[in-house]
Order: sequence, then C-alpha cells, then structure tokens
Amino acid sequence: MAFPSAPPADSEGIVLDIEGKRPHVLLRFSSSVGRFAQSSPIGMAAVGIWLLMFVMAVFAPLLAPYDPLEADYSAIRAAPTAEHFLGTDQLGRDLLSRIIYGSRITLIVSITAVFIGDMIGFVWGIASGYLGQRFDLISQRVVDVLMSFPGLILALLLLVVLGAGLVTVIVAISVTRIPSATRITRAVVLSIKETSYVEAAKMVGASNVRIMVRHVAPQAVAPILVVATLHLGGAIFAESALSFLGMGIPPPAPSWGNMLGGVLAAAFRPPWWLVIFPGVAITIAIMAANLFGDAFRDFLDPKLRRRID
Amino acid sequence: MSKYILNRILIAIPTIFGVTVLIFLAMRVIPGDPLQLIVSESDGIYVLSEEELQALRASLGLDQPYHIQYVEWIAQVISGDMGSSFWNKEPISGMILRRGPISAQIAIMAVLLSWLIGVPIGMLSAMWRNSMMDHLSRVGITVFIAVPSYWLGLLIILFSVLVFTWRPPITIIQLWEDPLGNLSMTVLPALALGLGLSAATARMARSAALEVLFEDYIRTARAKGLKEALVVWRHVFKNALLPVITTTGLALGGLLGGAVSVETAFAVPGLGKLLVQGMTERDWMMIQNLVLLYGLIYVIINLLVDLSYAFLDPRIRYE
Repeated sequence: MAFPSAPPADSEGIVLDIEGKRPHVLLRFSSSVGRFAQSSPIGMAAVGIWLLMFVMAVFAPLLAPYDPLEADYSAIRAAPTAEHFLGTDQLGRDLLSRIIYGSRITLIVSITAVFIGDMIGFVWGIASGYLGQRFDLISQRVVDVLMSFPGLILALLLLVVLGAGLVTVIVAISVTRIPSATRITRAVVLSIKETSYVEAAKMVGASNVRIMVRHVAPQAVAPILVVATLHLGGAIFAESALSFLGMGIPPPAPSWGNMLGGVLAAAFRPPWWLVIFPGVAITIAIMAANLFGDAFRDFLDPKLRRRID
Repeated sequence: MSKYILNRILIAIPTIFGVTVLIFLAMRVIPGDPLQLIVSESDGIYVLSEEELQALRASLGLDQPYHIQYVEWIAQVISGDMGSSFWNKEPISGMILRRGPISAQIAIMAVLLSWLIGVPIGMLSAMWRNSMMDHLSRVGITVFIAVPSYWLGLLIILFSVLVFTWRPPITIIQLWEDPLGNLSMTVLPALALGLGLSAATARMARSAALEVLFEDYIRTARAKGLKEALVVWRHVFKNALLPVITTTGLALGGLLGGAVSVETAFAVPGLGKLLVQGMTERDWMMIQNLVLLYGLIYVIINLLVDLSYAFLDPRIRYE
C-alpha cells in the first residue's frame, strides 16, 4: 500500500494543511467558488452573465460602436441593419451603444441601492432585535409604516420630493429595501440572542455594543447576504420601472428603463426593436440576479429558504 | 377569533397614522412648501410672482403652521373631500371614483388569472416531479418572474398592433356601461400584470405541494385506499393553499406598484396613470391624496390577508 506523499485533498478540492494552518484566503475563496459551482451550475452561469455585464459596463467605450448620446437625424428610427445592429431610436441614436452604456446605470443603481438599503436594514435589525424593549417596539412601528406602501409607490413619492437623478434613484430604491432587510435580520437576531455564547458574553460583562458587533453580527451576515442577492433583481426592476415612468434616470442618459418610455406612443408604425431589445436586457439582468440569489441561498443554508420566501 | 380580528385592526391604526405623517412630512420636506415644486419648474411653464404665490399659499391653507395643516388635511380626507387638482381644478374624489373601478378591476382580474394559471401548473409540476412538464414549467416560472410587467404590456401592445393593427381603447369604459368595451380595455393589462404573478404563484404552489406530498398523512390517506383524486383534492390541495395565499398577499404590493407602470404602458385611464400624471405635473394635492389612498388600500389588503390566514389556519388564531 502506497501512502501519498502530497497533502491529501478532499473531494471538494480544499487542500488540507498538515501543520493545521488555515489555507490562504484566496485559496479558501476559490475553493468556495468551486463548491458553489459544483452545487449549482445554473447559479454559476448567472454569475457569468453578471460578469459579462460588468465587462460591458467597464469597457463600454471600447465595445460600443457609436456614442450613446450622439443623435443622427438622417437615421431616425432605423430598423436593425449592418450599420446599426439593433437599429436606432427616435433621435437616431444607436440602440446597441445605448444598451451597452445602459448596463452602467443598471449595475451602479442596483448594487449601491441594495448595499445601502440592506446595510441600514442589517444594523437596524440587529439593534432592534438585540436591544428589544422600547427601541424595538417603536422602531418596528416605523418599519410597519415603511412596509405599508407598495415599494414602487414609496420610491415614486421619494423621487417627487428629491427630484429625478442617479443619486436620488439610488436613495429611493435603497429605502424600499430597508423594511424587509430589517425584519429578516431582526428575526435571525432574536434566535441568536438566546444562544449560550451570547449569554456567556453577557456573563463576563461584555457591553451591548461589543456583543452586537463581535457575537451577533457575524452570525447574521449569511442571511443578509442572501437577502441582498435576492433584492438585486427587485432593484433592477425598480430602476427600470421608475425610469420608464419618467421619474427615475432622466434622459438623455441611457437607462434600459427610460429607453422604453413612450416608444409606442408617438410612432405610427411601432418600432419593434426599440421595444424588444432594452426589455430583453432588463429581463436577462433580473433573471441572472434571481438565479444567483436562489442558488446562493441554497448554497449557504438550505434552511433559509423557508424564512425568506 | 373575534379577539384576533380586533387585535389585528387595532395594530393597523397606528400604522395608518404613521402613513399619513410620512406622506405629510415628505410633501413638506421639499424646501419651502409643496408649491415650490410647481414654481421651481424652470422650463417656463408656469412662473408666479411673489404676491401671487402668497395669495395662492393662503388660499390653499399652506400659510398655516404644520400641525394645523395636518389636522385640516386629515379632517378633509375623513369627510371624503380630497381637494382638487391644482391645474384643472377637477375634484380629486370624482377622478378617483371614476378611475378607481378600472384599476381595481385590472388588479382583481390579474389575481384571478394568477390563480387560474399558477395553482394548476404548480400542483401538476409537483405531482409529476422531474417530468418534461415539470422542467418546462420551471423554466417558464424563472422567465416570467423576471420579465417586467410593464415590458410584457408593451410587447402585448406591439403584437396586437403589428398583427391585428388594433390598439386597446384608452377612454374610460365602465364594466356596467359596456361590458365588451370595458373588457377590451382591461383584459390585456390584466394579462401583463397577471403572468408574472402566475409564475410566482406556480412556484409557491409547487414547493408547497412538494412539501405536503411527503407528509405522513398523505401516505396514510393512500394506504387506506383513498382515490388519488381525493388525496390530491382533500389533502394536498387544501394544505398547499395557505402558502399560495401568502404569496398572493405578499405580491399584492408589487401588483399595486406594477399596475402603475402597466397602466402607463397601456395608457389605461386608471389610478396608476393618474398618479404618474400628477407626479409629472407636480400636482401636489393629487400626489398627497393618491399616495395616501395607495397606502390605505395596501394596509387594508394586508389586514385582510392576515385575517384570511387566521380563517384558514386555526393555529394562527389561537397563538
């Protein structure tokens, strides 16, 4: 019987260190990615689509054949041709270039809005769940109020107040993510609070802040990460719908949503390419976000499914 | 049961108070006051002199201190007076009464559609797990959950214009006046709104049915020789229904919001389109009262959904 001389690798590809040291961070990360890819090929494909969108957003000036804002009055509402692969819009702007540049707005708005909103919800949920008592009672009534508006209506109200624009859209969408992030974090924290290690930390006299930061927060990270990925699709939809309604990203900036605004109103012969392509882009982005969110949730904790659905 | 209902209604009261305060504050956070919204429009549409502005302010009661404005607003709303549009002076309550039924009809039709399509697909998909039908329906669910409802609406219009050279009508036709005309206006928006909801419903019905199918009582029911149809109907269907209702309840918020964009896509003269129009025209009284209306409707719907859980699931009632 031959003993292998190299450190044994387990089936999941994690290289075990004989000295008992933890493997390098990058190695651990890449092996997690590997396990995720194994557990869900569809989720990995969704990640691939998002990476492509990132490439599109970063290298937009190189990839786009035309300037997304440059009007060409000789080619207004031109159907797709070899010159303009996806046709042109009512000002003769190249649709393909606008969709490529539009990925920037989609990514910036959805990611920052979800990050800000869920971060606030995370902190709020921990404080509310852990501190309990009067703070919890009052702050949950505030969450009740935020929850009693349909998300899009609340965002619209905020945009009327703040005015349309990139930053205000991010603010409006992030506010609509706060209530659910708060509720879910709070629910998780309520069960963490009862664990013996929190009890022990209290016993040795750790302050509330220390317990929340060192003991409670790390345990609540996984659920909020799942919530955040599941929020991404909703944020993309919200941005596109707000811009479609003319309350979000103002034209001429190319946002997939505002490209769809009024496309069918004016034209006698409906320009089908103007309707179809931006919508396909939105749908793919939302679908990839949803698929990644689902796969990520199942990967981190299949039990979470019940709590979030 | 009655204690539960009373309790749930009492909880809704502070929420409604909070909703009114939030809307009121939002409309006043704008530097100055709501009129600033209109005046600051720099496109030269409408510019008022300082004196005109003061007079207008006084006539609308905006020169009063905030707490008095708030109390007056609430008193007005309770008495059923929603004020009037800033631009054409049309009473808002009249507009709501005329357009409300259209929006309500579209939303209700969308929900019914989502049950008609979603529940059977979800149940069959669960029972014939890993069959071709299951795979197809899961792909369909993934796609239709992601498709934005307003874009689906645009696609439907595009299709009907290109193929039938027909556009859905955009004037207000009530169901009781001209049923056919009304349906030709509302069916397609309801379809655009309902397909996404169907996918969410089917997904939930599938996972709920799957969970129930492996319960011991299902095995017992089969073991005692119950016909499969009865097992499905009496045990699987009934027990899988609660999560389905939960999904619909949760989705209603999205439905109300989505309806705004779908109505705009179809140019349907409903409340949603009125809200968007009010917002683009910066008609602040309209915005304030319509957002309040949406908030109230949503609170009431949530209340009804909660009560329906208690009705369907005795465990909740006695908690």
